[in-house]
Amino acid sequence: MSIVDTVKQAVTGAVTGAMVRLTPDAPVDPLATKHGALGRSVPRVDGPLKVGGQARFAAEVPVEGLTYAALVYSTIAHGRIVTLDTAEAVAAPGVVLVMTHENAPRMAPPAIFMSNPRAAGASDLPIMQDPSIHWNGEPVALVLADTQEQADHAASLVRVSYEAAQADLSFDQARAQAHAPDSVLGEPARIAIGDAEAALAAAPYRVDLSYRTPRHSHGAIEPHAATVLWEGDKLVVHDATQMLHATQWTLAGIFGIREEDIRILSPFVGGGFGGKGLWSHQILAIAAAKLSKRPVRIALSREGVFRVAGGRTTTGQRVALGANADGTLAALIHTGVAAMTAHNNCPEQFTFPARHLYAAGSFLLEQKVADIHMLANTFMRAPGESVGTFALETALDELAEAMALDPIELRRRIEPDKDPTSGRAFSSRHLLEAYAKGAERFGWSQRPAPRSRREGEWLVGMGVATATYPYYRMPGGSARIRLTAEGAVVQMGSHEMGMGTATAQAQHAADRLGLPLERVRFEYGDTDLPPGTIAGGSSQTVSIAAALLAAHEVLVAQLLKLAGNDSPLGGLKAAEVEARDGGLHHKEDTGRGESYASILARAGRAEVVAQAEAPRPMEVMKHSMHSYGAQFCEVRVSAVTGEVRVSRFLGSFDCGRILNPQTARSQFRGGIIMGLGLALMEETEFDERTGRIMNPSLAEYHVPVHLDVPEIDVIWTDIPDPHSPLGAHGIGEIGITGVGAAVANAIHNATGRRVRELPITLDKLL
Amino acid sequence: MRAFSYARAEDASAAVRLAGASARARYLGGGTNLVDLMRETVEQPDALVDVTALPAAIEARSDGSILIGAGASNTAVAADLAVRTRFPALARAILAGASGQIRNMATVGGNILQRTRCTYFYDDASRCNKRAPGAGCDAIDGFNRIHAILGASPACVATHPSDMCVALAALDATVHLQGHGGSRTMRLVDLHRLPGGRPHVETELQRDELITAVELPALPFAAGSTYRKVRDRASYAFALVSVAAALDVGPDGTVRDVRLALGGVAHKPWRASIAEAALRGRPATADSFRDAADAELADAAGLRHNAFKIDLARRTVAATLEGLAGGDRT
Repeated sequence: MSIVDTVKQAVTGAVTGAMVRLTPDAPVDPLATKHGALGRSVPRVDGPLKVGGQARFAAEVPVEGLTYAALVYSTIAHGRIVTLDTAEAVAAPGVVLVMTHENAPRMAPPAIFMSNPRAAGASDLPIMQDPSIHWNGEPVALVLADTQEQADHAASLVRVSYEAAQADLSFDQARAQAHAPDSVLGEPARIAIGDAEAALAAAPYRVDLSYRTPRHSHGAIEPHAATVLWEGDKLVVHDATQMLHATQWTLAGIFGIREEDIRILSPFVGGGFGGKGLWSHQILAIAAAKLSKRPVRIALSREGVFRVAGGRTTTGQRVALGANADGTLAALIHTGVAAMTAHNNCPEQFTFPARHLYAAGSFLLEQKVADIHMLANTFMRAPGESVGTFALETALDELAEAMALDPIELRRRIEPDKDPTSGRAFSSRHLLEAYAKGAERFGWSQRPAPRSRREGEWLVGMGVATATYPYYRMPGGSARIRLTAEGAVVQMGSHEMGMGTATAQAQHAADRLGLPLERVRFEYGDTDLPPGTIAGGSSQTVSIAAALLAAHEVLVAQLLKLAGNDSPLGGLKAAEVEARDGGLHHKEDTGRGESYASILARAGRAEVVAQAEAPRPMEVMKHSMHSYGAQFCEVRVSAVTGEVRVSRFLGSFDCGRILNPQTARSQFRGGIIMGLGLALMEETEFDERTGRIMNPSLAEYHVPVHLDVPEIDVIWTDIPDPHSPLGAHGIGEIGITGVGAAVANAIHNATGRRVRELPITLDKLL
Repeated sequence: MRAFSYARAEDASAAVRLAGASARARYLGGGTNLVDLMRETVEQPDALVDVTALPAAIEARSDGSILIGAGASNTAVAADLAVRTRFPALARAILAGASGQIRNMATVGGNILQRTRCTYFYDDASRCNKRAPGAGCDAIDGFNRIHAILGASPACVATHPSDMCVALAALDATVHLQGHGGSRTMRLVDLHRLPGGRPHVETELQRDELITAVELPALPFAAGSTYRKVRDRASYAFALVSVAAALDVGPDGTVRDVRLALGGVAHKPWRASIAEAALRGRPATADSFRDAADAELADAAGLRHNAFKIDLARRTVAATLEGLAGGDRT
């Protein structure tokens, strides 16, 4: 089931179920334009804990009698285990258990992500249930010992022999058999409007280009980890996850136990980026804890993260653009293939940007997948949009050059007045404004002609590209507000992976309740709290906000009831009051109101608790909702060695109302930095002879270091979206989009060279 | 990690004696490479002899030479004023490698003996003639972008990863050794071997022979020497190609003398003797530099992913020498 299907189902349910509120045209959230705690730079509330080493991560939770797990990974990509010799490992010092498919408890396969709104499985392969092998690196044994060192050593003593079967490992060969996925995140895999090939052939200007993008591996600063305890029949998992409640539901299915007997805690996550989902390591640790009757800690080594937690997959893409003489597009073709496995559902939605960004007379947008025997790929910061914008936005740059048009001017000429493929109105789109502001601030008018500016051996150039990411709001989240005379606590099983969730929602709660920031707190990271939604698709901020808004409406109703007729509020309806100054007040009659403390005291109550589920995300059914940006890049390329240095960068964003400039700036910058890695150096070396990842280490898998990152300037339009809670959009992913193209376009401007295969390493520029 | 004994040696003789008592002893300096390899089970010593107590002094002699104790940290050498003024190429080479934290730990002796970064060497699921002699080489037809273009063999195409050694090779460094049979010296360029049919034998050191010091002979024109490293990111990456060079140009504009070595191209730091010979007496011009680089690289051979290094080396050599000739040390 897809995000869109989920929404559709939710809507259908809403029509038939009287309890669910339909809000397709809800009034604009008054907080969207109000300046209180929101809109202010507030340092992260979890900052002091983290800087002081007081934040306990999943691998740091103290537990009595803990055992430590190490994994043994398969060294073939496809086939079966023939012999497993664990005798030496079992006899090694400190070893508690060696678990293999021969003694692992029976477990159902994980429910694969999107097969159910709460499914979290990265793939639906059974985990250590039989001798079959599906990827090089698949865990074939888990060793438990009294210390991590003992476990690691014993794991090196497990001897495994295999019978290899024919494995599909070559992307180029698999591409020939590529097939259409059932859907791409619930959207059709193919969209055709008009006869794009014919329009392309007839167009006076055209480009028709091929692109390649490589595999990427997740490299969050905190490697994946879990601490697992069985307390009788109840399971407690301290996890590093961005999908708490989905993990709870999915684990219940795997282990055949009741959801309410599982508690997942994840108060701190050291970076998620799409990779902190449910992989085999948590499941194996739970199984080992069950088998050994001991608590288990599993903390993947960096190599382990590369072998068992998937990343971005490789793509081969075609972008063909046919333009009319006036610079409008006659044809927009974006097609291609992504490598995937037969066991997961993550087709890397690289055609999504082209579905919404530009007007064209005809479209052909089509994605296929090629089955490879590899670790299941997954979401990684703007999956699809990151590599899709690389292809689309460099092709536009090439078209602009062919037409002797400024690339920004070309984008003005293809700006659509409504969503070009769905026909829906945009909820909020100010891309051209972002371009104009960015161009002025960056000095775009100084862009040289290609290969015309040289400083010593360094060729200097500038490039630009559009950034875009969809607006998602996930259904199913509930928030609870506990209000006392002292302040309020908002509770929701949400996630803080370093983005500033707890800070932004505390700001939100302060303004929603009319309380000072220091009197509100946001509690999260625990399935015992009301269910949160996944922290994915840049959706969490508005998903929490909608639930908090709904809970607040319940709270106001309860407070008015408690206040009764003896209150200055007596006789007022919810719509007539607003929260401010630590209480409820008549909206117009400033003298008429009562503090929370007074209402509670008169009612003899210590607290009022209100909980509500967010209304269904109807706004995405009615509008085309997306975030935008213009990425500006200046590079210096050595004419001698081909080395590329990014010397200046500016991201100019249009992402609704910015709630906290300080944390927002960091998120945008983080995305841009990850984009610089995508552009210039990141690549998982997948040996197509064996399916083995050959650089499972941060020494050999290159991400940008400080010296690769220039000062990054970030600005935004700050125009609230009238159709979203708080007027906000998620901003976690858009920062990486468009960066690959902006860098590639700048490199072309500097050198006259086009590189259409990532990463753009120096050998491609010699 | 396998069990091993640990002993700290007070002097070189004691170190050699301690090592001699075990079948597979390894000397431990900063441990920045050896301990990593032990964790990966690539190195499985039965004994570690800690030699960090051995001399670490950097002695700048009045004759213009410098004697560096093998226990000196990379940071200390790079920061030494005499090194920086007499042999700036060495300081630059060291600072181009690793990170500040690693350089603080790493010793001169250990840097010389660090092992290749070939990913197949690190991966015990792959075939590697260094790790398991006779097993075969998965790098030759695998990912070989960082591999050798000079002096490789069908058995091994790995490169030596050190930056420091490239400068030492160019600067005519000698290594002081102590072994069971006493002490001797050896030119650094003779210390590392080409892989041939026995890539697991990486040096000419005898069993338990210990590097005690490195000596840089006086070379006045090395005061203008430099090091240029080309890599995939701005810091913390091994060289694709690097060049250490010193150039002495006479008043008539001809090359009186030159020192040139390449890194990232071979199983050992590559002293470019052919290029040096081609340059002496020739005008110090871009054409001469390119011709010399061409001569040095005449026998270079590329694999599937690393053929670009031949052109890259040529360009980097020429540009580095041009920079020196023009008085520009970048």
